Amino acid sequence: MQTMIQLEGVDKVYRTDRIETVALSSINLDVKAGEFVSVMGPSGCGKSTLLNVIGLLDEPTKGRVQLNGTAVSSYRDAALAKMRNRELGFIFQTFHLIPDLSVADNVEIPLLYRRMAGAERRKLALAALERVGLTSRIHHFPSQLSGGQQQRVAIARAVVGSPRILLADEPTGNLDSQMGDEIMHLLHGLQKDSGTTIVMVTHDPRLADQTQRIVRLFDGRQVQ
Amino acid sequence: MLRSYLKLAWRVLWRRKFFTLISLFGISFTLVVLMVATAVLDHVFAPLAPEVRQARTLGIFRARMIGDHRSQTSMPGYQLLDTYARNLPGVERMAIFSMAQTVYSYPSGQRIKSLLKRTDAEYWRILDFTFLEGGPFTDQDVANASFVAVINQTTRDRFFGGAPAVGRTLEADGQRFRVIGVVPDVPVLRLVANGDIYAPVTTAKSDAYTRQLMGGFGGLLLARSPADFPAIKAELATRIRAAQLPDKQWQRLFAPAETFFESIAGNLFGGRDDERSHPERLWAVIVTAMLLFSLLPAVNLVNLNMSRIMERASEIGVRKAFGASSRALVAQFIVENLVLTLVGGAAGLSLSALVLRALNTSSLIPHAHFTINVRIFLYGLGLAMFFGLLSGVYPAWRMSRLHPVQALKGASR
Repeated sequence: MQTMIQLEGVDKVYRTDRIETVALSSINLDVKAGEFVSVMGPSGCGKSTLLNVIGLLDEPTKGRVQLNGTAVSSYRDAALAKMRNRELGFIFQTFHLIPDLSVADNVEIPLLYRRMAGAERRKLALAALERVGLTSRIHHFPSQLSGGQQQRVAIARAVVGSPRILLADEPTGNLDSQMGDEIMHLLHGLQKDSGTTIVMVTHDPRLADQTQRIVRLFDGRQVQ
Repeated sequence: MLRSYLKLAWRVLWRRKFFTLISLFGISFTLVVLMVATAVLDHVFAPLAPEVRQARTLGIFRARMIGDHRSQTSMPGYQLLDTYARNLPGVERMAIFSMAQTVYSYPSGQRIKSLLKRTDAEYWRILDFTFLEGGPFTDQDVANASFVAVINQTTRDRFFGGAPAVGRTLEADGQRFRVIGVVPDVPVLRLVANGDIYAPVTTAKSDAYTRQLMGGFGGLLLARSPADFPAIKAELATRIRAAQLPDKQWQRLFAPAETFFESIAGNLFGGRDDERSHPERLWAVIVTAMLLFSLLPAVNLVNLNMSRIMERASEIGVRKAFGASSRALVAQFIVENLVLTLVGGAAGLSLSALVLRALNTSSLIPHAHFTINVRIFLYGLGLAMFFGLLSGVYPAWRMSRLHPVQALKGASR
């Protein structure tokens, strides 16, 4: 099976005038296409940093990152932005919906940065909302939705552009267990129906056990 | 995408009403001042009836005589214009007019103050007055020193209660004139054409003016085309350099042919021995003043925009995560800022119209008729957009540089 995400010898070090913090050290990770992987570890172990590096939101200090067979080390801002737009979708713990935009407009955001007519964007947004069961709320604003609904909108936004990779940072962290289960059900559905590769950061062993593989981190290093 | 930006811009403005109001107040107040100043400058310098042939008209509005230890600056005298400015190559018509002097009349025991201007007949052929009654005086009237006069509408109202005035007489400055024409009021800031009573130059109380090189008159030169300007200027300068000066204490005389704007610049920036007018310096002063005046509210708006951006750091992080490039984010923010400044511009335009109307109806500037015409409107629009860019570019650039991870955490770099 094709390797969708490949990290080789990745370090991430944060340096200030006084302190040097090693967030990641010698990370080697291969994630196959269509795999659902969870990342676990104590607070501050580098889980979110790992996700940011995979998601091209942060540059590794050392090492190589390949997505879908493409090495991205030499990519500049515009190329990285394009890669994120085409290949990646993000789901955040705090949803990060834009409060001034309606549900439909929030979902359309990734499509704004592609050459696409407004009607086509709206069609895809509605289709994504249908997958998460929220077509009745397209004109609502985030403040008018429950936490679970907001996260479903965020998932719709993440998948509207049909990315090959979904990165979810504690997607159920702000939800109760029932809503959390609904979200996990959606994610599993995406993996099964679309073959989307999913990397999920979680604290919850119950959710991690539902995934195909668990990557454990401790103090920035991979542990067994 | 533009529609999405506009929609978001509108919602952001609406959500932060207080910030929006402050920004709009700053923008519209600045624009009101700039628009009113532009309208006044346009009113003073741009073509305005009856000065409709400005594009091919030069004037002789200033003269300077220089001696070893002193100099004399004033308007040219009749003798200078009559002797040296006639029959210049490329000039179709040449007119001489006096500056308007204040005179008093006492009809039926009341005192009326008027501005009396004395001109030749060519004056009426170079300027394009629309006559409400009658017509101008002729070469014959001037030659005969006929006591005829053209009056403006206000003078007709004052002397004759608005009734038809042609054929009636009025007294001004101790002289009696028969009215032969009535013209609309000309704003007092239009120094060439403004006057309440216009009489032939030969009706002056004394003919001493004919022997004065300096003082009290202006000349108008209607060229065949603007292409003739350089030759006209050069020939006039040559003639005046060779002019006979009144006595040995004077070494030099100059009286350039120039536009009214150039003459103002020349009075402000011309050196003692420098007959050039330096209009570019006057432009620089005007533009600099406008820029400086715009700068303070623009800097204020930059500060407001910066804090607004930092509040939206999370949104910026999300957009970056989903593929927004720095360029796209800069464009988004500039569109938002332009929406704000265009709304402020519209408010400023409306307020400017009110201020100008108040100026027109007040007696602060007699016969003033400030308007917001297409030219002024486009200046205003340009100013608003310039303002939007000026106050939007830096914050937009800073925003686009936010690291997505920091932005998602809601922090700034």
